Amino acid sequence: MAIVPNPHKTTGFLGWIDDRFPLTKLWKDHLSEYYAPKNFNFWYYFGSLALLVLVNQLLTGIWLVMHYKPDAAQAWDSVEYIMRDVPWGNVLRYLHSTGASAFFIVVYLHMFRGLIYGSHRKPRELIWIFGCLIFLALMAEAFCGYVLPWGNMSFWGAQVIINLFGTIPFIGPDLVIWIQGDFIPADATLNRLFSFHVIALPFVLVGLVVAHLIALHEVGSNNPEGIDIKKHKDPVTHIPLDGIPFHPYYTVKDVVGVGVFLMIFLGIVFFAPDGGGYFLEKPNFTPANPLATPEHITPAWYFGAFYAMLRATPSFAGTQIWGVIVMGAAVVILFFLPWLDRSPVKSIRYKGPIFKLWVGAFVISFVLLNYYGMQPPSPTGTLISQLCTVVYFLFFLLMPIYTKREKTKPVPERVPHDAH
Amino acid sequence: MMPTKSILKNSLKALLATAALVAGPALASTHALPYSFTPDTGNLASVQRGARNYMSYCSGCHSMRHLRYSRMAQDLQIPEDLLKANLMFTSDKVGDHILSAMPSDAAKNWFGQPPPDLTLEARYRGADWVYSYLLSFYVDSSRPLGTNNLVLPNASMPNVLWELQGLQVEKTAAHEGEAAHHEGSPFEAVTQGKLSAEEYQKWVADTANFMAYAAEPGRAQRVSTGFKVLLFLFVFTILAYLMKREWWRDVH
Amino acid sequence: MSNQGVDPGRRRFLTLTTSVVGGAGVVAAAWPFLASLKPSERAKALGAPVAIDISTAEAGQKITVAWRGKPVWVIKRTPEMLASLDKVTPSLLDPDSEARQQPDYIKGAARAIKPEVAVMIGSCTHLGCSPTFRPDHPAPDIDPNWQGGFYCPCHGSKFDLSGRVFKGVPAPLNLVIPPYHFASDTLVIVGEDPKGAA
Repeated sequence: MAIVPNPHKTTGFLGWIDDRFPLTKLWKDHLSEYYAPKNFNFWYYFGSLALLVLVNQLLTGIWLVMHYKPDAAQAWDSVEYIMRDVPWGNVLRYLHSTGASAFFIVVYLHMFRGLIYGSHRKPRELIWIFGCLIFLALMAEAFCGYVLPWGNMSFWGAQVIINLFGTIPFIGPDLVIWIQGDFIPADATLNRLFSFHVIALPFVLVGLVVAHLIALHEVGSNNPEGIDIKKHKDPVTHIPLDGIPFHPYYTVKDVVGVGVFLMIFLGIVFFAPDGGGYFLEKPNFTPANPLATPEHITPAWYFGAFYAMLRATPSFAGTQIWGVIVMGAAVVILFFLPWLDRSPVKSIRYKGPIFKLWVGAFVISFVLLNYYGMQPPSPTGTLISQLCTVVYFLFFLLMPIYTKREKTKPVPERVPHDAH
Repeated sequence: MMPTKSILKNSLKALLATAALVAGPALASTHALPYSFTPDTGNLASVQRGARNYMSYCSGCHSMRHLRYSRMAQDLQIPEDLLKANLMFTSDKVGDHILSAMPSDAAKNWFGQPPPDLTLEARYRGADWVYSYLLSFYVDSSRPLGTNNLVLPNASMPNVLWELQGLQVEKTAAHEGEAAHHEGSPFEAVTQGKLSAEEYQKWVADTANFMAYAAEPGRAQRVSTGFKVLLFLFVFTILAYLMKREWWRDVH
Repeated sequence: MSNQGVDPGRRRFLTLTTSVVGGAGVVAAAWPFLASLKPSERAKALGAPVAIDISTAEAGQKITVAWRGKPVWVIKRTPEMLASLDKVTPSLLDPDSEARQQPDYIKGAARAIKPEVAVMIGSCTHLGCSPTFRPDHPAPDIDPNWQGGFYCPCHGSKFDLSGRVFKGVPAPLNLVIPPYHFASDTLVIVGEDPKGAA
């Protein structure tokens, strides 16, 4: 059977491949002929940076597994072995541990971008939902990874987080033992978390990232103006008038972003890998000890806000499950954002002051929650956390009302000239 | 356009301000320490003296089970013959870890608990804690060994350094108010040790520097690599920026 | 989009320069990953030189110790064993040890610093099995002219009592002789060259 010549008219080796595999097609569809709005700003670096951090985590992770021992009796020593005996092992480990924090910073900023420019709005709901699933998988991945060094903070962190399931009425206590595979977090627990961390969750994460990108490239990127650039196309070429090919324009632009990001990231990796006690916590420099809790238990900083909500929720009706529900709801509510925002415009640039005030209140609440989540419990902290938890939820729950009512500014048809 | 941008700017500022707010308390320890100390692992002579102090006074009871003699000798530029003659008491293989000679079971009987491994002590508690701890033993007749420690109350470790430091007592409450503010030290010397107060502080600083080194032997290498990496990235980012600007000339 | 203000030469130059510099960065970034695969300090510590006391070994006896995880043989050879070395020369593949399977200070048929003490790594140069010590002779099950030596049970390679390989067997090279020296008359240090011979 004769091969149908590929439509790209490539010849030679590339032609041979294109006749059998859509290499040129993939290149064009996703890079050289993927038309992105020309007015991306600072906030649009974080998508490609998240991808970069993911690659860093995968590579350093693969290398760390070559030396790490997932065994409660050996895990701690094997981490020190990596830090001291393996050539460059300390750098590989710091890249991975700092990478975890960088991942959350980048992802939080990426999500905030989506929130303010309405990147979750129709027709991009699935992009947003895939993104939220990535965030969820990332939290699970980070938790599992946090336990692996089997330091004292790892152990008690595992203890606290797994015990959240113990608050579920009736089945809770048995569920905890089932999750642990023992009566405390032990060797069996470490082994199963290791399996999730290095096999199951990375598969899920990479799969979701691919889905996120496929969905994005199906509908096209949003932009800071919230304008649909596909409405105005060149009559001959059918290229959006306000679009530019992702490659080379955004590839060269993202390379600059990568340079700046790496200066900050590697600056921390090489000069302050402890991150002031937040990226690597002091109590984790002593091995797991089931008999002695560290003086001050905190989650990793990126869980601070959710942990603060957990602590701020009082128990009543004889159960503490409400805190767990609130914490879970804080994540779940993100999935509904595309339908909560009822504004006729996408971007914050054309929304009214009320929306802006709400966003400001939301950001301040989230930041304060993160802060108080890492402080020892105090009456003031609890009160502020409670207030911020309420603001966090009201921001979402009242959104259908305040976005629908508020007057918006008219959105121009085309991207304004000074907008990039 | 302006209000949007200013809101973005404000939220960024808020984030940065919080970062500073959050970073502040993390650097401070939970308990106030009586002395402040910043380790200097780059001071090779001091770290070498610290290694000698540690091996003579600490290694009898405390292991450093993650640090190899060979690694220490290499990093601290100690020749092998000097290492074997002056610093290795429990092993004759330079590749071995620094283990104490004390059997852990016996130690448990003597002190109630085995002396902790000290490889990572300076990262776990902080070099400033180590420094303060070694300066804060005082006479306390209510304790079984006759001494106590201000930084780690009811410590089961005896004051093995009293010959060097001499004995000291806590300043009485009457003086405390003024002393805490004016002089800095919460102690009064009772007997003179082999070293003067100043010499002893230097001795402790050397030891704390060595322990800071032992907690992370790879530090010097990572910092020197870091400078090269940042220099490279600086050049690369400038080039990338020029390239980006050139490519974007036709985007209007 | 229009092409006004575009300088294609400058574009090409800057793209090339950035790509070359970036490529160098990627190569440099690969270094820690590749270097981390080298033997660690633990492997090196475990591979440190080993001391073997041969004072109690009887003549004709073989002692086996582990060095870097491999079997190292020390054989106290009898005069009769040493005499056997010349008898097998015609059947050997590399009787003069020309292939670099030994340190430079190891020469001659005895392949040893002291002829009466042979030191070699007991790992067949074919596929790494450990050959069997067969000083007994005649041994018709191995060879009609067997004068004593080593016989590899895996694929039938044969070596003489100096570890020199016979012709017509799968192994292509003589057994490896590790760096070693005598700390005293009865103490062999394996893994370290004699002083002055690097």
